[in-house]
Amino acid sequence: MVTKEKLIDFNSVWEYSPAPESTDHVKLDDKYDLFINGEFVSPKSRKYFWTENPATGKKIAKVAEASKADVNSAVKAARTAYDKYWSKMPASERSKYIFRIARIMQERSRELSVIESLDGGKPIRESRDVDIPLASAHFFYYAGWADKLDYAFPGRKTRALGVAGQIIPWNFPLLMAAWKIAPALATGNTVVLKPAETTPLTAMKLAEIIQEADLPPGVVNIIPGAGETGKAIVNHPGLDKIAFTGSTVVGKYIQKTLAGTGKKYSLELGGKAANIIFEEADLDQAVEGIINAIFFNQGHVCCAGSRLLIQEGIADEIINKLKNRMETLIIGDPLDKNTDIGAINSKAQLKRINELVSAGIDEGGTIYQPTCALPKSGYWFKPTLFTDVSQSHRIVQEEIFGPVLAIQTFRTVDEAIEKANNTPYGLSGGVWTDKGSKVFKVTKQINAGVIWANTFNKFDPTSPFGGYKESGMGREGGLHGLLPYVELI
Amino acid sequence: MSNNGSINLSDFLNPPPVDQIGIEERVARLNKRSIKKNSKLSALKLALSMIDLTTLEGKDSKGKVRQLCNKALHLHDSFPDLPNVAAVCVYPPMVPTAVECLKESNVKVASVATAFPSGMTTLQTKLSEVRRVVRMGADEVDMVISRGAFLRGEYHLVFDEIASVKEACGEAHLKVILETGELYSLDNVRLASGIAIGAGADFIKTSTGKIQPAATQPVALVMMQAIRDHYFKTGKKVGLKPAGGISDAKTAIQYLVLLKETLGVEWLTPDLFRFGASSLANDLLMQILKQANGVYQSANYFSKD
Repeated sequence: MVTKEKLIDFNSVWEYSPAPESTDHVKLDDKYDLFINGEFVSPKSRKYFWTENPATGKKIAKVAEASKADVNSAVKAARTAYDKYWSKMPASERSKYIFRIARIMQERSRELSVIESLDGGKPIRESRDVDIPLASAHFFYYAGWADKLDYAFPGRKTRALGVAGQIIPWNFPLLMAAWKIAPALATGNTVVLKPAETTPLTAMKLAEIIQEADLPPGVVNIIPGAGETGKAIVNHPGLDKIAFTGSTVVGKYIQKTLAGTGKKYSLELGGKAANIIFEEADLDQAVEGIINAIFFNQGHVCCAGSRLLIQEGIADEIINKLKNRMETLIIGDPLDKNTDIGAINSKAQLKRINELVSAGIDEGGTIYQPTCALPKSGYWFKPTLFTDVSQSHRIVQEEIFGPVLAIQTFRTVDEAIEKANNTPYGLSGGVWTDKGSKVFKVTKQINAGVIWANTFNKFDPTSPFGGYKESGMGREGGLHGLLPYVELI
Repeated sequence: MSNNGSINLSDFLNPPPVDQIGIEERVARLNKRSIKKNSKLSALKLALSMIDLTTLEGKDSKGKVRQLCNKALHLHDSFPDLPNVAAVCVYPPMVPTAVECLKESNVKVASVATAFPSGMTTLQTKLSEVRRVVRMGADEVDMVISRGAFLRGEYHLVFDEIASVKEACGEAHLKVILETGELYSLDNVRLASGIAIGAGADFIKTSTGKIQPAATQPVALVMMQAIRDHYFKTGKKVGLKPAGGISDAKTAIQYLVLLKETLGVEWLTPDLFRFGASSLANDLLMQILKQANGVYQSANYFSKD
């Protein structure tokens, strides 16, 4: 059945009035220092950088930039904390501290959600319902593991590595900090964490929480900075382990740098996930899944379903439904409770998205965007579809990290699997079908770390997350998430 | 649609499957829409204009029906610019009374028919009841489908019955009650929606109000999706009436959000959406006055009919 394209009018009547989340309860300073050895200290570099609200382009606060000398102090503090306190402490005591962090995060969740949306541009609906609850859940989960490590790997005992250097991205600032810090602390390591330069604020709030939880000084050190700070961490001889989430280019640099040093590392890198829709799928829910897969967090998601593969017979129907659904997406003020799509995280990222979208048009792709208006100031990009593209197009091959979906069709199961696997990445994937047996048949053949069936972008602290091929190595979350931070003996 | 353009049952027998978890997630997400200030006030008034004020009890009397019609005509006269409700919905013997009371107004008279609520009688009896209420002046007929036949898989029987009732309705609008509380699965709701739409329903309606669960948002969403798919294929607009259990303004607004974001603004009219409810009106009135005056009035300030 071929469906003609038909757009429904969703917006001309009964527009929702603004429903902004209040910011009255949020306390933000003008200036944030480095968190080293349990205290906020000014940087030896004397340098500060501005973090801005990407929805308005306005500056929010000055944040200290850690230099090589600052990295040195942080590593030294973490080493002392490891030798003096953390490695000597009974595991059940360690556990108590981690539980405490989890609880304080929960108590301050409203404040943390608002700051996450202010600093990063993501809709409050997501920071409130996804980022902050999940971050706290990760601490709760790994707090539980701290005194049960002897039972985690039957027949083996675990030994902490020592001091871990951790570098996290800007797409889920607090959640990524939780993914890194919680398992490291539970397994008995101390950490030096560098948040991303565009989104350091919730990490600085986490530093306050760690102070409030009264962790021994130096167990967690948080030092903001950009690429140079990251480089100093990766190259620091005093670290036992590097954990990194970010681009594949940097991941490769880390691998090269650490080769032969004996240091352990885990990398969670890019992705270009295929979301496969079979014709017997529940079509309306599949459309909902496509929307969640690519437009969640403005598409700033390494596991985003950025390649859509639709079985040929239902392609027109799905695309028509998808275009209609896109008309109902509300784009605008991240702090409005009704906003579905917020601001692009930074000017640089917006430039990158524009560049790849232009390439898509130049290479002959057909672009589609909904009729919505964008705010005048700040960084914004409309949710975007591309049809008439193929495996050789840049927008099908390269990670865009924005709200841009490349659509292709397939006829057979084998063709779908071949296309899904024809990428240097292997982080995630999605399969939509009403046939249970097909779920298993297809997912088994897709080379990716996480595959969702009849859903997408679902996360849980008990479930491991990580990639194959150029998407990285090592797992975060679940029992598997302990392994990157221990030596098995 | 078959090649010759006519409608066949077979066009509606293989709807896409429905994933209950997905539907519930979508409803939960839409329930998070925050409707405030002006958008709240216009939603409250819109919901009021969509009500089928209903009394369907064995003990109904002419007096009760007159009371209800008066309520329909004078919702809260001390507050200006309130819309009327859409219709008054009664049992067949009460149709003449309702017609008499409402003849000078734009409020429609709806009558349940076809051996409401069970539908347990012969087709002939059902059709004669339908013809009778139409003859007495009902503008709208609310019929029930034969759930027994549906659950046995005799879809042609259900389809033919609806088509016959539609014919018997003549000019009157036909609302087809699926009684989703007896259909057990969202897949069945979707299938029954398609059969009713295919057989000529002007509206599809969730429930009689006599069976629990009555209207639920997941069920309403699935029915909206069936309506939308039919609209995409044919351009024809079918209405929806959730009925039973919708008694507060908050829930009514949640239904309107579902409606707007699934079927669009053209469905935001009593011509295509109704609430089958009796106590909803007063809660809407209470909220409307609260929006205007900033304080809640007690229930004693609203007429209970």
